Amino acid sequence: MKEKPLRVLVGKIGLDGHDRGAKVISQALRDAGMEVIYTGLRQTPEQIVETALQEDVQVIGLSILSGAHMQLLPPVLEMLREQESHDIIVIVGGIIPKEDMAYLKEQGVAEVFTPGSSTEEIIAFIRQKVEQN
Amino acid sequence: MDNQEEKEQLKRAKESWQEKVDQTLQKRPERKEFKLDSGQEIERVYDPLHMEGFDYLEQLNWPGEYPYTRGIQPTMYRGRLWTMRQYAGFGSAEETNDRFRYLLEEGQTGLSVAFDLPTQIGYDSDHPLARGEVGKVGVAIDSLADMEILMDKIPLDQVSTSMTINAPAAVLLAMYIAVAEKQGVPVENLKGTIQNDILKEYVARGTYIFPPKESMRLVIDIFSFAGNNIPNWNTISFSGYHIREAGSTAVQEVAFTLSNAIAYVEAALKAGLEIDQFAPRLSFFFNAHSNFFEEVAKFRAARRIWANLMKERFGANNPRSMMLRFHTQTAGSSLTAQQPDVNIVRVAFQALSAVLGGTQSLHTNSRDEALALPSEHSVLLALRTQQVIGHEIGVTDTVDPLGGSYYIENLTDHIEEEVLKYIERIDELGGAVEAIENGFMQQEIQASAYRYQKEIEENERVVVGVNKFTTTGEQPIDLLKMDPATSRRQIERLKEVRLSRDQGQVASALQDLRKAAQSGDNLIPYILTAVKAYATLGEICGALRDVFGEYQQHVNL
Repeated sequence: MKEKPLRVLVGKIGLDGHDRGAKVISQALRDAGMEVIYTGLRQTPEQIVETALQEDVQVIGLSILSGAHMQLLPPVLEMLREQESHDIIVIVGGIIPKEDMAYLKEQGVAEVFTPGSSTEEIIAFIRQKVEQN
Repeated sequence: MDNQEEKEQLKRAKESWQEKVDQTLQKRPERKEFKLDSGQEIERVYDPLHMEGFDYLEQLNWPGEYPYTRGIQPTMYRGRLWTMRQYAGFGSAEETNDRFRYLLEEGQTGLSVAFDLPTQIGYDSDHPLARGEVGKVGVAIDSLADMEILMDKIPLDQVSTSMTINAPAAVLLAMYIAVAEKQGVPVENLKGTIQNDILKEYVARGTYIFPPKESMRLVIDIFSFAGNNIPNWNTISFSGYHIREAGSTAVQEVAFTLSNAIAYVEAALKAGLEIDQFAPRLSFFFNAHSNFFEEVAKFRAARRIWANLMKERFGANNPRSMMLRFHTQTAGSSLTAQQPDVNIVRVAFQALSAVLGGTQSLHTNSRDEALALPSEHSVLLALRTQQVIGHEIGVTDTVDPLGGSYYIENLTDHIEEEVLKYIERIDELGGAVEAIENGFMQQEIQASAYRYQKEIEENERVVVGVNKFTTTGEQPIDLLKMDPATSRRQIERLKEVRLSRDQGQVASALQDLRKAAQSGDNLIPYILTAVKAYATLGEICGALRDVFGEYQQHVNL
């Protein structure tokens, strides 16, 4: 029997319009056989969680380059916990200073990928995490 | 290459050289295939045989002469260096004002304002969507009160100010004019630029508010208002920068930027403006990426194509209408988080390509921008890089020093050809607005971005420190820390402004603006009145949202 493909939500959270990374990742995940739901720009934490639940995804990949990550990411994780959906793996890509990474991981972010990360690396990480789940 | 005999002689000589090359290749094959960023194969060497049909007067001419391939002024940097203009802005108006005055003291010659995202999208700092974003990627400006602080003790008749603002450009321009009036500076002397290029926001940058048609109207209203009131102001900066950052090739950068420019010019003509009335104030903004010669050629090709377009397609007579003046910024997307000091070197080469390409102003990125907003120290290093190029290494001593190079001229011709093909295709699609609404430009850019990423991952493209020459245990560098209280203080000031103004005046100014938006009136005088009454940016954009509606993005992956 063919395995069900992984479902991933790729979201642009906050107001920044830098979607090159999000689009490249979406395409790479799709080429790797995953199902990708891309939200487009200007998503609020509430919208991200709502879409993730509606689309029944296993992974949420959030892209943020505006520096608002410390304000916008924790609410996503909190709402997922409230909805008892904390088994959804949340990964983050963008310009995130090292000292913020530790805090975000404490909050439940599985991994943070900064500029220079390869799509292969990200795909491998997702597969491994989902398997562990 | 007119002399047939000489040409035959060259061909024979080249054939015998080719035999030697073949022998060498057998012993030692070349390292890889050599290609431009835009895909074209690069030949082993360029020679006079590549210059067949080359016409100096038609293709190059002297600097300051049509088609301006070699530069728009006859003496270029021998007369005056480019404007060194570092893009800056963060936190509050006070903090940014400090950074501006620091940069001016350090020898910077123009200001460039970065606004935070809520400002760029027309939201006040206390709007729910502004959460976490206030003062982050630029300065927060909610009302005239903030602009007064931002420009405090900066003589607006002496500096030129560039504002990276698009959807609400008219509002920020109105605030700047209002501050100038308060400083007692004659408004007609104001010098500067607003980016005001909304089309590329839909394509690549994302800070749109209104739908394309209504946005285009605002742009044309500004052209028309500026022509009569602020004649030294650059009313738009057609921006290829963000198109390139979104992943386009060099050719696509120029092609899409020029196609957008054509759309604005056509809209202005349709609105009844005269070409030579507004065209001299049109300006451009390009990216300086890493493929050095391709970038130099790109700038030269862009100048030639624009001159041609303005003269032949739009019938401009004023030479100033035909001169492509541009600002350049080095490529943010080429910076790496790994070994960030290496970025200093990348930036220096990119900046050099812009100078050899004849830029009018330049921003050099800071080494730490893949990690955070740049620190003061990093910004200073970036400015010093420009000063070294301008004053130490002799590249400004003669105009267009690469002109006549077989390779550069060949590349310039090649880029021109490829750009013209794209422009033709977009014309066939019904113009830039159409090509954006149906996603053509976006998809072309996306495909290039994906290809670029693949080339890195497949090691076809080396990025030092990323897929080759990597190190472990990196040196930490001091990053800029944002003051977490900025947002709270900004919101407090906004509330004070809302309390202390004449509410009746604000309400009637906003009502007049709404009515004007429904009619065909030029909106700028109404916006100016609202700004002077201390209506906030969010209120003014809100009034226009009521009438114009908002743009909804469609993404095809």
